[in-house]
Amino acid sequence: MNPFTYTRAGDAQQAINAFQGSPGPFYVAGATDVMQLLREDVYSPGTLVDISSLPYTQVEVGPRGARIGALARLADVADDDAVLRYYPLLARVLRETASTQIRNVATMGGNLLQRTRCLYFRDAHTACNKRRPGSGCAAMRGANRINAILGTSEQCIAAYPGDMAVALVVLDAHIQLEGPDGPRSVPVAELHRVPADDPAHDTTLRPGEIITRIDLPASRFAESCAFVKARDRMTFEWALASAAVGLEMDGGTVRVARVAAGGVGTVPWPLPRVEHALIGKALSAERAAKAAALSVEGARSAGDNGFKLKLLPRVVEQAILAAGGQA
Amino acid sequence: MNAWVGKEISRVDGPAKVTGQATYAAEFQLRNKAYAALVTATIPSGTIERLDVSAAEAAPGVILVLSHLNAPGLPYAQPKKRPVVDPQAGERLHVFQGPEVLFDGQPIAVVVAETKEQADSAAMLVSVDYRQTPPAGDMDPSRSHAPNEAVAKSGRPGEKGRGDAGPAYRGSAVTIDITCSHEREQHNAMEPHATIAEWDGDHLTLYDKSQWVDNVRQEIALIFGMAEDNVRVISPFVGGAFGSALRTWPHVTIAALAARQANRPVQLELSRRQCFFSAGARPKTLQRLRLGADHDGKLQAIIHEAIGQTSVYEDYAEITLDAANSLYACSNVATRYHLVKMNMNSPCPMRAPGTATGVFGLEIAMDEMAEECGLDPVEFRLRNHADRDEEKDLPYSSKELKACYALAAEAFGWSHRSTVPGRNRNDRWLIGHGMATAFYPSHRSSSTAKATMFANGTVVVRTAAGDMGPGTYTAMTQLAAETLDLTPEQVQFELGDTDMPEAPVHGGSITLASVGNAVIAACRSLREKLGNGDPVAAMRQLGQEAVSADAESKPGEEANIYSSSAFGAVFVEVAVDSRLGAVRIPRIVGAYDIGTVVNPKIARSQCIGGMVGGLGMALLEQAEWDPALCRVMNANLAEYLVPVNADVQHLDVLFAPGEDKIFNPIGSKGVAEIALTGVAPAIANAIYNATGHRLRNLPITPDKLLEVL
Repeated sequence: MNPFTYTRAGDAQQAINAFQGSPGPFYVAGATDVMQLLREDVYSPGTLVDISSLPYTQVEVGPRGARIGALARLADVADDDAVLRYYPLLARVLRETASTQIRNVATMGGNLLQRTRCLYFRDAHTACNKRRPGSGCAAMRGANRINAILGTSEQCIAAYPGDMAVALVVLDAHIQLEGPDGPRSVPVAELHRVPADDPAHDTTLRPGEIITRIDLPASRFAESCAFVKARDRMTFEWALASAAVGLEMDGGTVRVARVAAGGVGTVPWPLPRVEHALIGKALSAERAAKAAALSVEGARSAGDNGFKLKLLPRVVEQAILAAGGQA
Repeated sequence: MNAWVGKEISRVDGPAKVTGQATYAAEFQLRNKAYAALVTATIPSGTIERLDVSAAEAAPGVILVLSHLNAPGLPYAQPKKRPVVDPQAGERLHVFQGPEVLFDGQPIAVVVAETKEQADSAAMLVSVDYRQTPPAGDMDPSRSHAPNEAVAKSGRPGEKGRGDAGPAYRGSAVTIDITCSHEREQHNAMEPHATIAEWDGDHLTLYDKSQWVDNVRQEIALIFGMAEDNVRVISPFVGGAFGSALRTWPHVTIAALAARQANRPVQLELSRRQCFFSAGARPKTLQRLRLGADHDGKLQAIIHEAIGQTSVYEDYAEITLDAANSLYACSNVATRYHLVKMNMNSPCPMRAPGTATGVFGLEIAMDEMAEECGLDPVEFRLRNHADRDEEKDLPYSSKELKACYALAAEAFGWSHRSTVPGRNRNDRWLIGHGMATAFYPSHRSSSTAKATMFANGTVVVRTAAGDMGPGTYTAMTQLAAETLDLTPEQVQFELGDTDMPEAPVHGGSITLASVGNAVIAACRSLREKLGNGDPVAAMRQLGQEAVSADAESKPGEEANIYSSSAFGAVFVEVAVDSRLGAVRIPRIVGAYDIGTVVNPKIARSQCIGGMVGGLGMALLEQAEWDPALCRVMNANLAEYLVPVNADVQHLDVLFAPGEDKIFNPIGSKGVAEIALTGVAPAIANAIYNATGHRLRNLPITPDKLLEVL
């Protein structure tokens, strides 16, 4: 670990000023991921700007929408009665995320921005275009069991690891940002970016921007939602593949479907083709399987991760059936 | 007389551990202590062309940087006899004695600074140019070789057996021929390896994480060309080791060297990542098993071959094939053991070294053979029960394996299981039941102890043994209290210091049988000195503040005329997610024949730990090796998975009644290793029962199950 300067900001403006005025700045809040990246020398910051004291910890949730502070702890949201009532998908996803200890520390905004678990990104001595642009991608021919099958490029096959963003895509969440150029709002679905020929930039955030809040539109899918997560270990482990599904049912017929996958894409992966295959159709096991099969359209195996081509449709199918009350 | 043996007393060191009073290696506070950080090689094979330490030397707080460029030559003298914990062929890694790089992660320099953070950051400033040579990164069986004579003499020969296994196999009515494997595993104890070295003139004190302080003393004395009397090693508490602290690793030498050059105490603590490259691993092992049986399910032939991985500088070999040679009655046995040299750090023993590997192969083969013979797996094993050790041609000093099968099968409800694979379904979950035999040879070494009674009637017992977590402190306290007719509160047991009477390695499940009997002997000898009456009165009569007695205990003729082993039977229920490939373990029942159980509470705890280790071996643990880079890619606890609480459900531990007073006076056969063996094959066998598919390559992760489900 290299020496760095640590500064604690009291409000967003202080944080942004500190960020802009420092060499090699990184924001840090819960630090559950940053600590790993620092210890492995993946990050060598000049300055850590601690934003954990910023006043964005509210969990305001009702039937007409939710405003969740970016610095609320995952546990605060997972255990919130109103979240459970109006956004059960979010509560379920959070309970499947990390471990109790991590959820007590990790923040909502930080969770969205966690870096890939690609073994090569996290080992500072290997070739990685995301960590060191232009150095190559050792994962392509290496131990890539956990890597992405969707949204990959010739430059990068690192999977976006998080669970919550997958649910937030389904829930049409927006994030509120503060930054050097003022506030703005971005749909969670547009926060992450596929690597293409620039894997170094995981997100569409501009330098110095801070996530202040996560906003959810009026409660949807509270009756019919599911999150299914396949993983090596029972808990405290990222997804090999996950799926979040929200349905609006009209009797036995799907009126609205939102489906997204995690652990398989370079970004939280929306599955519009799967959605279209469900909308207007009577939900059945056969229909779910047929729709889920579309989840791997365009997917590419890098070797060890080929099993995800089989796993993902099953995860999606199970989530659809569970959301529709048929699992 | 108070009977303390067999009592469920809580750990005597428990309060100290949970309140932070127990001092681990890196926690000793020494005046003027400096901190060291390793610089490690980032290529697997080649030489250092240029090593520039100028930036590191100029960094804040840096005291010195040592590498092959400026380190003094060290004698690295050979011991008269290699320690049992060291590979018997090849040569231990010499630190900073030349530019050669033999594996990625090899220490090539050390930075000593005023603070750990300064040392860590300066270590990153060392710049190195290498000339790389092609590494051996693939575990290619065609490059394998047989162990040499020295390795063979240590009980790990290339070939072993009896009868004529080839023809017997070919002539058998029923045969199977399978291959299986497990990946490299890492010990990953909670406490990272750490050493503090402090010189006082020619005298060196090491505070070290060690399972064998006497070995550290001998090894460091040889490396530095010192008299052993000038080295003292202190290791009172070890936060788990599982075999990783048996050897005296290079970082211990580096700490001592750095302290000598810096002329002040130096602490070197390995990072989690460095523990993967600096303190051994269970070697990946490839196995092939051919079994032949007659129509009645009697084994006619066992042919068991194993290939283990080792480093390019040492031949680390294991007793992988001991189980094949003795666990079952069979007239024709042939085993073949080979090693593949790779550019990696030397492997080392990890809980049930070799045996966990070999028992895995043998026990999944036995399950398959039972099915081929149309027999229940327990019945098949009973038909092939070895009433005596056929390899050594000796009777067992005790063997309650049949009782283990019966006890565990009954507790598990084995008779209710579905014998047809893939038929027991609960929604999308496939339920399966499987079992395996557990086995680990019992050994006993000579050991010494000293017992001292003070005028107030309290006793201190000392020996240079270790306690990496199994409960040595507690068990020895119980033995001393029982022998001296005291309460455990009146006994203080101390270990982990070379100033104490010599003790053998704290590994291989030998501590209770070895050190325990020395403790009893010392306490008996003390009693004799004090007569039969009230010891405090006797002390007063003698007019002394303290009375001490030393004693040695060692195996006798029984070791030559009996074979001694711990046995067990492990039964497992699995639930396999037929869609997503996940495996859950609702319950494990293990019954163990470990002889006298000195403390059932702690023995059960140790067995539970072994079961969880076996579960990890079966389902989770694998160092992900990149053969091109020759590098473990998941060298941290986020990506190297060990079981968490949610993976572990109901664990049931039973002990077969019995004590092995032939093996040793206490009658205990050892617990640590036996509890891990048998779990992984029982899980694999249960997965077959659940799914109808044989998965023979560990760990059995969802990707492997999805190939068949």
